[in-house]
Amino acid sequence: MTDPAVLRRYRVEHSTRYEYVATVMHGHHLLHLSPRQQQWQRAMQHDIDLHPITGLLRPDTDAFGNPVHRLEMESPHQQLIINASSEVLVSVRPEWQADSTMEWEQVCKRLCYRHQSRTTEELEAISYRAESPHVRVKNAFADFATACFPVGCPILVGAQTLMSKIYRELAYAPGETQVNTSVLSVLESRRGVCQDFAHLMIACLRSLGLSARYVSGYLRTRPPEGEAALVGVDASHAWVSVYAPPYGWVDLDPTNDLRVGLEHITLGWGRDFSDVSPIRGVIVGGGEHQVTVAVTVTELNDRVVDSSTS
Amino acid sequence: MTVDWLKTYRTRAKSYDEVRDATGQVRPHWQSLLRYLSTSGAEGVQQGLDLARTLIAENGVTYNVYADPKGTDRPWALDALPLVLTATEWQGIEVGVQQRATLLNAMLADLYGDQRLLSKSIVPPELVFGHPNFLWPCKGIQPLGDAWLPMYAVDLARAPDGRWWVLNDRTQTPSGAGYALENRHITARVLPDVLRELQVRNVQGFFSSLREQLLTHAQDDSLAVVLTSGIFNETYFEHAYLARQLGLSLVQGHDLTVRNNTVYLKTLSGLRRVHAILRRLDDDYCDPVELRSDSALGVPGLLQAIRAQRVAVVNPLGSGVMDSPAWMGFLPGAAEVLLGDALKLPSVATWWCGEPAALKFVFEHIDDLVIKSVFPNQRRELAFGNELHGAAREELFERMRRRPYTFVAQERFALSQVPVWSSSASLQLAARSVTLRVYAIATPEGYRVLPGGLARIAGETSADVVSNQLGGGSKDVWVIKDAAEASVQDVHDTKPIAPRATLRSAQHAFEVSSTLGENLFWMGRYNERCENKVRLLRASFVMQSESSVWKSALTSCKQFGVYHDDVSMRDAIFLEHRSTSLHADFKRLHWCATQVRGRLSSEYWRTVNVLRRQMRTASNGDVELRETLDWMLLSLAAMSGFTLDDMTQDDGWRLLNLGRRLERLQFLCDLLAGRLQNGLSLLQGELEWLLDVNSCTITYRSRHVAAPRLPLLLELLIRDATNPRTMAYQRDFILHDLQHLSELGGTSVALSLTKSVATVMDVDFGTVEGVGQGASYARQMLAARLQDLSTEVRQLSDELSRRYFSHVGQALQMVGV
Repeated sequence: MTDPAVLRRYRVEHSTRYEYVATVMHGHHLLHLSPRQQQWQRAMQHDIDLHPITGLLRPDTDAFGNPVHRLEMESPHQQLIINASSEVLVSVRPEWQADSTMEWEQVCKRLCYRHQSRTTEELEAISYRAESPHVRVKNAFADFATACFPVGCPILVGAQTLMSKIYRELAYAPGETQVNTSVLSVLESRRGVCQDFAHLMIACLRSLGLSARYVSGYLRTRPPEGEAALVGVDASHAWVSVYAPPYGWVDLDPTNDLRVGLEHITLGWGRDFSDVSPIRGVIVGGGEHQVTVAVTVTELNDRVVDSSTS
Repeated sequence: MTVDWLKTYRTRAKSYDEVRDATGQVRPHWQSLLRYLSTSGAEGVQQGLDLARTLIAENGVTYNVYADPKGTDRPWALDALPLVLTATEWQGIEVGVQQRATLLNAMLADLYGDQRLLSKSIVPPELVFGHPNFLWPCKGIQPLGDAWLPMYAVDLARAPDGRWWVLNDRTQTPSGAGYALENRHITARVLPDVLRELQVRNVQGFFSSLREQLLTHAQDDSLAVVLTSGIFNETYFEHAYLARQLGLSLVQGHDLTVRNNTVYLKTLSGLRRVHAILRRLDDDYCDPVELRSDSALGVPGLLQAIRAQRVAVVNPLGSGVMDSPAWMGFLPGAAEVLLGDALKLPSVATWWCGEPAALKFVFEHIDDLVIKSVFPNQRRELAFGNELHGAAREELFERMRRRPYTFVAQERFALSQVPVWSSSASLQLAARSVTLRVYAIATPEGYRVLPGGLARIAGETSADVVSNQLGGGSKDVWVIKDAAEASVQDVHDTKPIAPRATLRSAQHAFEVSSTLGENLFWMGRYNERCENKVRLLRASFVMQSESSVWKSALTSCKQFGVYHDDVSMRDAIFLEHRSTSLHADFKRLHWCATQVRGRLSSEYWRTVNVLRRQMRTASNGDVELRETLDWMLLSLAAMSGFTLDDMTQDDGWRLLNLGRRLERLQFLCDLLAGRLQNGLSLLQGELEWLLDVNSCTITYRSRHVAAPRLPLLLELLIRDATNPRTMAYQRDFILHDLQHLSELGGTSVALSLTKSVATVMDVDFGTVEGVGQGASYARQMLAARLQDLSTEVRQLSDELSRRYFSHVGQALQMVGV
């Protein structure tokens, strides 16, 4: 038995079902459905199954270091079910002291170009600082965030304040935004889902000159007894990782206003959603289609099972 | 009578004069050209210019064709006077361009590889990670042959000091080489003697190198293709032209498919392996699975095929990251690290504002600088420092302070001047600023530079290096051989294509893709459909509106959708939004023709444009209807003739003919059935009208002296196999083409077509004449059989679509979650 305060064991079932009106002749899919190995996370077991027909499935690693599967569907089909199941061990992350992180202006300066050699870590941080397909860099975002970052403020303190601000000021509104809803319109409407919360926070951090990345994963579904359920348990979840020296990357969940810990299971990260969306596919044919996603996260050695929606 | 052309040629102060030296003397390498022009006189020169214009129109050289919503073609602007460069001078350019291409190639390999340039801070990471064409999924890819930059173009300008400076590097899809080749074809026709006398270096060999480069990785039976974004691209002409020059198929994204990490072209005979793609589509649009998911132009899975080294793409995906003026200042440092060498060609002085010191400098020297965007997706206007004052300047400064790394400043200098022909008042030479685009191709022996290039002339007002308003047109570039080069045959320029490549070209030139086949098929159908409708209308018009035949003619016109009770005749014919109007069908024909333009002769294309003009004029109601129809018929007939005589008779051509034959057969069936189905006997006038619609009046008269009779008319229109308008004739040619096209000839569709035609021919035509009930019944039965045949024809057309084009119509869709 493990001590649930430092180590948890989860089983994740992520099922995606496509139903097509017409026959799909051929298709290419990119799957980000496998948990990424980290210092505080290990995938003990992982499988991807296809039903009712199979295709060419090849494991690979993407440019961000995430595990990825490339799937080619060669035979005509009208239904495709992709089941990803994993058993993941999550251990507690270090207790980072927000107060003792570097002043945010210093971080900006350090990330800017200067004629000095770079460590791998720094160079990696720099690569998450620019605009990306879903994240704009604009004055509007910097203006939104600026009050959270007073002069000389330690970066993690500022980032956590920003996270709380986003949590307070944005309404969680499932179904109102789409995958391609722009982060600018999220700033205007102040409504969205975890993906929009994350994109907005990333846009704010990058617009201030800081580095932030998008993390895709899951959230444990059943709350501990006596506590309210967290938001974002019904499907994939997403949060933000901010570069906070001297610790490095620290994960923050703006949808729930908390630091990422034992309840989060990480699939992978990238500049934004487009780099790590669970399934990206292009098919030939198919006509109209319906897609149903079901995610179940179960804590093993635990009494609970939880539900899922589509 | 000689003319001193330079009299009117006055260059700007402080700019370099390409023609005259500082003392006003004509430079030696320009002398023979000017002497020739001088002795040709105004008339001779005018003739040359007219010839050039004609050649451009005839060869259909256009630019920006469909960017204009009205679809007006803009002819390519070529100034027939070339830019002449000496061998010595060229050598400097050549060596410099080779070195620069080598450097950029090494930089790309580094940025997508171990990124030493970034970890050592030789180049700013902001330029890489902020660039929309730095494609993350391409990290770690090794292109076939390690060629990151197989094709490269660079824009050069000559400063007042006489040196050539680099203005721009083109690494994404270097365009314009096709225009350069075409320019040479034209100037060689206009100035053949001078070209020979000056010993101008040949440019054709460069294209052989490009071809060789594309065929390097060929395997048995595999293809190289040119990938275009389609006819809406401003340089579509060049895509089609290059494909033709290189002997490769021009394809769009949906013509290709990736199966098991291998790229295939969907052709009429199935999937054919593709090993090399010359792409004219921006890299981020090339694969919707891994790159921009909103791109419908790309090839899903292409990147994975590249990763598996199963296909070479020229230029490789990701190469667009070097397209930014901000790189200029960092190239010397990169050259030192990667090549251990100093840059031979200088770049125009450039300050990337991401460095505080540079930003400060730019603010202080703003009057002498132009401010540009760092990234191609920013779409900001150029800002000329000296034109900005007060609030506007402060606003720019504020934006630059906020996001300095997205701005770059460049020095301005006066461009060198060349003479161009100006015909404002009378024919004379005027001075214009010029820039030079030079091309290089990677070969196993290193980069090979096109000895020449594309000279681009600035518009009248812009003399500045950076004011990219090059509306003034282009020039051919003549690099003359020096004495030593001239005495020996230029081995490099005329190096023959490798035998392997030649063989391949004969085998695989112009593989007919399914899309091309489909468009040709429908072009054939619409060409014929338009022709049928015009004949129908014209024959009906001859009749008096009170005549009894008029009513039945109108019924037929309604049957084919070219007449409606609710609108005027003219509107019924020319309203575009009526889906069955003649105009609507013509627009479909025009669309198909633009899609297959690379396959059409220039005459065909010109006639299409003539017809379009006729259609427009007629719809305005300015001309007499009958006369217009006459002219249209002539144009349409000419077009049919061109497709018969001017096209290679391959499977694509067979499909075009099948389209036409099937359409004609169906029209004949529907027309006759329409007239016979009510069982009434046909009037004398109706028979004459039927002959007229089918262009058989003369044939009939040559055989029968008496007035037309229905059995004899049917005998001619149905059974006669010698007249190209008859049913028997269509049947024979359809079966013939099916046989050649593929195994379709012996299949059930062909058999059932034969059977249905036979049931029509089996009818005893003698029984359909007369007023009795028996005759009336015989007419109705014949009409029914004709209708069955018409259905059969439709099914055959569908079968062809299923068999050859089915994978074309299937749209891609994104299914991400």
